[in-house]
Amino acid sequence: MANTVTSSPTKTGTAPPHLNYLTENNTLKAWLTTVDHKRLGLMYLGAVMSFFFIAGALALLLRLELLTPKQDFMDSATYNKVFTLHGAIMVFLFIIPSVPAALGNFVLPLMLGAKDVAFPRLNLASFYVYCTGAVMALVAIIGGGVDTGWTFYTPYSTTTEGPVGLMAMAVFVLGFSSIFTGINFVATVHKLRAPGMGWFQLPLFVWGIYATALIQVLATPVLGITAVLMVMERAFHIGIFDARLGGDPVLFQHFFWFYSHPAVYIMILPGMAIISDIIPVFSKKTMFGYRAIGFSSVSIAFIGFLVWGHHMFTSGQSDLASAIFAFLTYLVAIPSGIKIWNWLATMYQGSIDLRTPMLYAMSFLLLFAIGGLTGLYLGAISVDIHLHDTYFVVAHFHYVMMGGTVIAFIGGIHYWWPKMFGKMYNEKLAAIACWLVFIGFNVTFLNQFMMGSQGMPRRYWTYLPEFQRYHVGSTIGSWILGFGLVMAAGVLLASLRKKEYDAGDNPWGARTMEWETVSPPITHNFEGQPVLRHGPYDFRVEPTPATVAGGRH
Amino acid sequence: MNRFLENLFLPPQASTHAKVVDDVFLFVTWVNIIFFIIVAAAAVFFCIKYKRRSANDRTPHVTHNLTLELVWSIIPLFIVMIIFFWGFQTYMVARIAPNDAFEVQATAKKWLWAFEYPDGTRSINELHVPFGRPVRVVLSSEDVLHAFFLKDFRVKTDVLPNRYTEVWFEATKPGEYVLQCAEYCGKDHSKMLGKVFVDSKADYDRFIAEGPADWKTMPPAELGKMTYEQAGCVSCHSLDGTKGQGPSWKGIYGQTHQFNDGTSQVVDENYIRQSIENPQGKIVKGFEGIMPTYQGLLREKQINGVIAYIKSLK
Repeated sequence: MANTVTSSPTKTGTAPPHLNYLTENNTLKAWLTTVDHKRLGLMYLGAVMSFFFIAGALALLLRLELLTPKQDFMDSATYNKVFTLHGAIMVFLFIIPSVPAALGNFVLPLMLGAKDVAFPRLNLASFYVYCTGAVMALVAIIGGGVDTGWTFYTPYSTTTEGPVGLMAMAVFVLGFSSIFTGINFVATVHKLRAPGMGWFQLPLFVWGIYATALIQVLATPVLGITAVLMVMERAFHIGIFDARLGGDPVLFQHFFWFYSHPAVYIMILPGMAIISDIIPVFSKKTMFGYRAIGFSSVSIAFIGFLVWGHHMFTSGQSDLASAIFAFLTYLVAIPSGIKIWNWLATMYQGSIDLRTPMLYAMSFLLLFAIGGLTGLYLGAISVDIHLHDTYFVVAHFHYVMMGGTVIAFIGGIHYWWPKMFGKMYNEKLAAIACWLVFIGFNVTFLNQFMMGSQGMPRRYWTYLPEFQRYHVGSTIGSWILGFGLVMAAGVLLASLRKKEYDAGDNPWGARTMEWETVSPPITHNFEGQPVLRHGPYDFRVEPTPATVAGGRH
Repeated sequence: MNRFLENLFLPPQASTHAKVVDDVFLFVTWVNIIFFIIVAAAAVFFCIKYKRRSANDRTPHVTHNLTLELVWSIIPLFIVMIIFFWGFQTYMVARIAPNDAFEVQATAKKWLWAFEYPDGTRSINELHVPFGRPVRVVLSSEDVLHAFFLKDFRVKTDVLPNRYTEVWFEATKPGEYVLQCAEYCGKDHSKMLGKVFVDSKADYDRFIAEGPADWKTMPPAELGKMTYEQAGCVSCHSLDGTKGQGPSWKGIYGQTHQFNDGTSQVVDENYIRQSIENPQGKIVKGFEGIMPTYQGLLREKQINGVIAYIKSLK
């Protein structure tokens, strides 16, 4: 294996096939019972991407129906179920697990120089709990579908027909998967860092995933409790949310957003974390304001717990509460802004190489800037009153969730793909797909900003004729976006047909530890325990293979 | 430029409050435009100017710069605080209705809006308000959550089943405006539309005298049925012959009613009208005289409608 410890940033030649985590013990049973974080990461990746494409296809159907104000091919009851599924699948089965469970699982131990996560069996359990939740959700869909919206607002959710209870329990179960992953990552970051790796030598991806894991552990139980209360309300009419029994429907919104607002940061922090790793590598320059970025992740996670009421400015909550929530909401803008400035400062005087992951990072930078800046409208309470529950909000959170998290996720996949599979994709085609996604996304959602502030409410199956031109634009954009995403997936998958590992161990010239082992990594990640010798973004030193302490294990 | 942005992003301004909100909106728009241009221009400029020339490029090792970091934290903090205070202050204006406001009660249910005016007049899916006065709408829901959204007035509130919420507005010009439900409420959420008519004094008086426009085209018996349900007849008079607080309406037309004072009368048009306008005049045997007068509460068309409706109940 001597050849496995030589690599250089520019090396693109082929390495002879070596036994690695993909090929060693490559049986179905071995995969299904694996406790290897890399295999689990790939299994998660396959699962979440499947749900991404299912929910994305539903979105295309919704956009097609909205091409004209009249009924095109779905009646309103079907439409309501489809938009509920689009939201619920995207949020609970795709975005929340996407970066942490798929990329985090694969990359985090490698970045720390660890053999695996702290609790490998818990990791496997987490995957099967996720599968259980996913099956429950699928059964609920097949068993008639749910029309509550992904937010399950009471009293609609406690009175409507359909398997709402099963869907809510699916969310409950999926929450546990999320909690397991969170606990695992917190323990891993605390206990399994390589010798010499202090908190301020962690790659920023680790900081982001760590902050996310804390939220997953602390906030998700509230979602579980809320789902259980809602199901009990449906089944036994206990009177927590039902006004006729002395309950309060607005209480549900407080419970729900107490989780679901921090969940927004569960979604976006890992996205920011990926970008914080891509930008220095492709600028070949050390991260500007490393500590500021690390602390901003933690402070976003903290403040994120205190702003849930900004989803409820029209709900009849007290004016004082609205004022406090709005004030705290604006505080989140500062650490988010700090990240953007730091990324730009990192690029300043750098050596910028616009390869595919960097293209996605730039795409993220612009889209997230729009997503973040349009949040300023929604924090101004009087303006929010006008914009609440319109397409403006739909566009805003798609810019943050899709333009932010999903673009970063896809960028991250392109970034770590050569490490995962040892094979490089066709970069020219991947870059074209990135441009299509960027253009399609903007055409789809810029239109939605305009129709929303013009007064088009969300979750409408039909609409006033004056809004049609925006809907037509948005629908056309969605086709470009959909095509771009399918193309990106096709380009990546096509690379797997290559016979040889042609990517090299460190194709991007990165300095973080996951690039110090072979591509694809061996089952135990490193030959022995690697030792940290330089910071994660220290481009004054040349990249070298892992230095091993204590010999082989 | 502001006019251009208004046309691009905002519906017509039709209330005093709309202008106030739009000013905040435009300010935030400018903040957005300026910051986005800074970010986008820097990103594009750096990508071109600092393009990688060779794999051996050397870059400065700059880890941080406290002054710069304070500047780009504190300046945005000031800007967002301005937006916060402005947004909150203008919100409070929208929360407190003037004391002399014209008040309408509104009830939402799947999937219609019902309005009740100070004189007891009711209308469905159309709200008439007099021009030149602030209007306060007090809302509640009979089932799930809804939201009362007047885009041209920039007002919105959720409508709840367990407590009252309210909005107020003062229109700046008479006309017809769209009311939309903005909180998802099920199958016909997107069809739960209404119209707000800001009427001149004469138009409003005509509305109160003649009732909503759709009454004119409604068959009398149907209007009678609606009146039966909305004016409260339903709580005492059954349609299936069961005895309530008052006699059932089933098949009474043409029957002879015996009264407490020993007299009797055939139930005809005149008798029904008399019973609505002066219920204490004749009390049917076996009942108590508890019915209030509806004189002045029901319009001619409604009384004729009720008569037609009773005739139709065989």
